[in-house]
Amino acid sequence: MHAEGRVLVSGTLLDAADVRRGLTRIAHEIVERDKGAGGLALVGIANRGDHLARRLASEIAQIEGADVPVGVLDITFYRDDIGMKAEAPEVHETRIPFDITGATVVLVDDVLFTGRTIRAAMDALMDLGRPERIQLAVLVDRGHRELPIRADYVGKNVPTHRGDDVRVLVSELDGEDAVVVEDAR
Amino acid sequence: MNEHLLSMHDVSADDVVRILDTAESFREVGTRVIKKVPALRGRTVVNLFYENSTRTRISFELAAKRLSADVINFSTSGSSVSKGESLKDTALTLQAMGADAIVIRHSSSGSPHQLTKWVHGHVLNAGDGTHEHPTQALLDMYTMRERFGRIEGLRVAIVGDVMHSRVARSLSFGLVKMGADVTLVGPPTLIPPDAPAWGVHVSYDIESVLPKLDVTYVLRVQRERQRLEFFPSVREYSRLFGVTTKRVGMLPEDALIMHPGPMNRGVEIDSDVADLPQSVIEEQVTNGIAVRMSLLYLLLGRSGEGGGHA
Repeated sequence: MHAEGRVLVSGTLLDAADVRRGLTRIAHEIVERDKGAGGLALVGIANRGDHLARRLASEIAQIEGADVPVGVLDITFYRDDIGMKAEAPEVHETRIPFDITGATVVLVDDVLFTGRTIRAAMDALMDLGRPERIQLAVLVDRGHRELPIRADYVGKNVPTHRGDDVRVLVSELDGEDAVVVEDAR
Repeated sequence: MNEHLLSMHDVSADDVVRILDTAESFREVGTRVIKKVPALRGRTVVNLFYENSTRTRISFELAAKRLSADVINFSTSGSSVSKGESLKDTALTLQAMGADAIVIRHSSSGSPHQLTKWVHGHVLNAGDGTHEHPTQALLDMYTMRERFGRIEGLRVAIVGDVMHSRVARSLSFGLVKMGADVTLVGPPTLIPPDAPAWGVHVSYDIESVLPKLDVTYVLRVQRERQRLEFFPSVREYSRLFGVTTKRVGMLPEDALIMHPGPMNRGVEIDSDVADLPQSVIEEQVTNGIAVRMSLLYLLLGRSGEGGGHA
């Protein structure tokens, strides 16, 4: 693997074992910070974050022996770039089959980059209820924020160039678990 | 997708799938306490209705409002149109006010197409004469897909006054495009002579068709559009083509009964039939909002020439 702090050109950033270990650590941190699984809900942002959220839920179930509700949130209708691309952004499913009012909602996403997705996700959540608090868990934080947003739980901090293409692969959709980076320069 | 929605010929099979998939997400939005998303904040949608309509206008109005667009309802009575303003001048006025989309219903076939020559915004056909009503067809196809999980291979009969029905035309074109098996049923005087060229079957005997159907789509007898006598009496029409309780008994058990509304209970559909659980007429209305949200989102939610900023 690559040394901490080094700027990657292209290649694999995290392999399947790294992804698993990262999620296990985040699950431990969530139950530690939130003192158990009571009142906790995980909401993954479509269409990679929802798979990660389900994995975190099963990790938390193993640690605490409690089931945490998991939902999937599509943020498309809350994006700030609708009408700026050649085609309207593709829409995914939203399914949050529980009341988020009063819950500690952990938003789960694959990559934290500009922060715009998280802004949209918070607006979307607020239209669905009034959580007691919202926290953010991401598998990769790649920097280059454009909004004052930070993650509460991070699998791995990765310095990147702005033009790099960081992708999280999940076995449910992509056949394998990995985080890869492609250099756009 | 095309810049405008004038006809079912404007959308490909892939477009139909995208429109219906996107509508599923809006259907979910419609189940929330707050049924509104900010997707089209700041855009302006004009409902330009030259014909009376309750459900289509309200459906488009709700669809635009739930997308956070601003909506202007422009109907002919009590407007400059009743003072003799032409369609073109009305269109240019709305354009000058910055309409991003115009939803038009007009008694003349082809007027939505004409409108596209005068305005920069997107034009959506909400029914033009006896030509087309594509948003109705799409919401009907959504309802069928939701119930059966597919459109391809569905056996659908469209029963009644096909000749004067823009719904029947749009729905036939759409269903055939998606691989459904469509049969038009009605008196010979009300089946258009060019119907076989649409890729549909034609039958004049409803009872021979019923046992093999997934969907019976009942058209309204449109007395206001008939300038000639196409059948001897309403009573005879009901006797020969009305969807009665007895005829519903000939349908397969899981078959659906649909109607675009407004219904003439006791004419083309028995009152008891309209209230059966297999009649999904209210579902069609609910789905209509989601499908129209999907269309407005897909048309207005992209960049391009159709931005409509005057």
